[in-house]
Amino acid sequence: MTSTLKGITLKGSAELVAEFFSFGINSILYQRGIYPPESFTRVTQYDMSLQLTTDGKLKDYLTKVVAQLKEWLFDCTVQKLVLVITCLETNEVLERWQFDIEYGCGRRTKSIKTIQDEIRSVIRQITATVTFLPLLETACAFDLLVYTDKDLMVPEKWEESGPQIIDQSEEVRLRSFTTSIHKVNSMVAYKRTDSA
Amino acid sequence: MAQFGFENDIQGILKLDMPITNAPMARWQRKASTSTSSALPSPGKSVNLSLTTSKTPSKTPGKNIKCTPSKVGGDRFIPIRNGQQLDVASFLLTKENEPLDPNNPALENQKAWSVSLNGYAVEEAKILHLGGKPLNAPEGYQNNLKVLYSQVTPSSVKKTRYISSVPDRILDAPELRNDFCKLMRTPCIQYGSLFVPQPTDLNLLDWSSRNLLAVALHDNVYLWDATRGEITLLMKMEREEDYITSVSWTKEGNYLAIGTSDFKVQLWDVENQKRLRSMTSHTARVGSLSWNDHILSSASRSGHIHHHDVRVANHHIYTLEGHTQEVCGLEWSPDGRYLASGGNDNMVYVWPGLGEGSIVHRHLSVLPEGKLDRHIRVWNVNSGSCISALDTQSQISSLVFAPNYKELVSGHGYAHNNVVIWKYPSLTKVAELAGHEDRVLNLALSPDGSTVATVAGDETVRLWKSFELDPIKKKATRMLKSTSSVIHQTIR
Repeated sequence: MTSTLKGITLKGSAELVAEFFSFGINSILYQRGIYPPESFTRVTQYDMSLQLTTDGKLKDYLTKVVAQLKEWLFDCTVQKLVLVITCLETNEVLERWQFDIEYGCGRRTKSIKTIQDEIRSVIRQITATVTFLPLLETACAFDLLVYTDKDLMVPEKWEESGPQIIDQSEEVRLRSFTTSIHKVNSMVAYKRTDSA
Repeated sequence: MAQFGFENDIQGILKLDMPITNAPMARWQRKASTSTSSALPSPGKSVNLSLTTSKTPSKTPGKNIKCTPSKVGGDRFIPIRNGQQLDVASFLLTKENEPLDPNNPALENQKAWSVSLNGYAVEEAKILHLGGKPLNAPEGYQNNLKVLYSQVTPSSVKKTRYISSVPDRILDAPELRNDFCKLMRTPCIQYGSLFVPQPTDLNLLDWSSRNLLAVALHDNVYLWDATRGEITLLMKMEREEDYITSVSWTKEGNYLAIGTSDFKVQLWDVENQKRLRSMTSHTARVGSLSWNDHILSSASRSGHIHHHDVRVANHHIYTLEGHTQEVCGLEWSPDGRYLASGGNDNMVYVWPGLGEGSIVHRHLSVLPEGKLDRHIRVWNVNSGSCISALDTQSQISSLVFAPNYKELVSGHGYAHNNVVIWKYPSLTKVAELAGHEDRVLNLALSPDGSTVATVAGDETVRLWKSFELDPIKKKATRMLKSTSSVIHQTIR
């Protein structure tokens, strides 16, 4: 994480945001029970203890995605990151976590500490959503979607996909944080449970 | 005739009031035309830009640039080359890959449609995801957050549960014999302890493992099918003055032993509704019965306990003597090692099972005065010591152990005529079930342990569904293997 006297650089900001995504995705996978809780280990980050997966394949996958994200963040070409949770059997989308990325040229005087505090509140909020999100009763799979600019060159192994919207969803907007170069807004959409 | 064209031109130019054909537009005309179109930018030319509607992450170039014509020469175009213009111009050049249509409204419409249909502007972004094999949780992993976050707790953890204070069902039981014998009974042996209540009666109620409740009303035995709710009359005594004194189901629930006032023990095949045999050995009415596999133990008013092997013709194989008065309670331990008997003589005996050696038995004398003791006592059979005693404030007529929640159920007479549920082993009161109008005579527990049936002097049988288990637990218990019936061998 590089920081100059003036504040954050683009590279540093991209790293911060990518790191946030990595921990955020792990937290969501742990909290929603997509993977067994035994496969997670506790680490300390942002002054709080978070869960990181120890599953080899999952770790690989996440590392690849986050590394690519970091590049795109540096190039300012990524617009959104979406984590979609689908029911394994019916392929129905049950939950959708969306992180919007905005680019701004605000004053570059934010300290790392402030940014980390903001990230901490967002992750805390993600954990707290468990209280109102409907229980995922069936086995679920997850997928990560990245919204990029149209003319971006698609790297190897990445494919195009649809948006995977939930029909009849409830949306909850969570906190956002900004590094003054990147601004990340978070929200979660879940399938309304009272609809039959 | 080209020479005329030239001549015409010259003439036109020299005439000052002719319209100018191929000269640049007049300034006012130019202004009018460019304000309605957002034309393609071209370098060097001054343009009147309208705000572009495209969504770009960077700043929008919405600058209106006015050209300042010089006063001299009318509408001669004089370019103004300042830095700002050049910058904007080059920026706009690089944006050429996003041409804007002249008809703006249509484009906006299209955009709006695509946003609402796809959730994003199709023209401006694409969605990627990392391909490859789908990542799933390991096989067989079921999201068990439900256990963590919902209220379904296993029954042993639950502190309180809802116990309905009204009976689940009430059955009429007319002519129920309301014998008030000031006697003792030991209805159940569990975990090597004895539960000893006070006054008892004949044992007129028993619930089979096949969910049939047998009720003896005077000289009839009725079977109530708990699953279907049907009532069948199984048998009726031949003589009017005789009556049934006890009923007891075998473990498999297919045979019913009936003790009668004419000193006999009858064995009935319930499925075929046939009496299989009638065993005589006693000299007095047979007040209590208990099965131990193929051994039926019967006890009579004489105080004698007989063991019968129902498979052989000579059924009476053993006698236990000890009691001096009517034996009102008889029960084998579930493992068949001990037989407990309680009698009118205020004595409780524990006899060894038939496989064991001598007839060494322990007597646990409970009370010198007997009858109205109102206490529940728990004894350790091995050591012969009384573990605990509880004063229940009213006469106890019967006792049964409900294993689902580890509770004791006691049926009472005077004064409340109720049924009380106690937690074991703390003996704290869990619930009181009131409803009977006369003293409760007998208790029987359903095969799944969820319901207790009580019969009382008010000639009703009430069913209290107090020990409902979680369906999950129920499934587990149902998987217990059923033992094969030993009695299927010859019975004559």
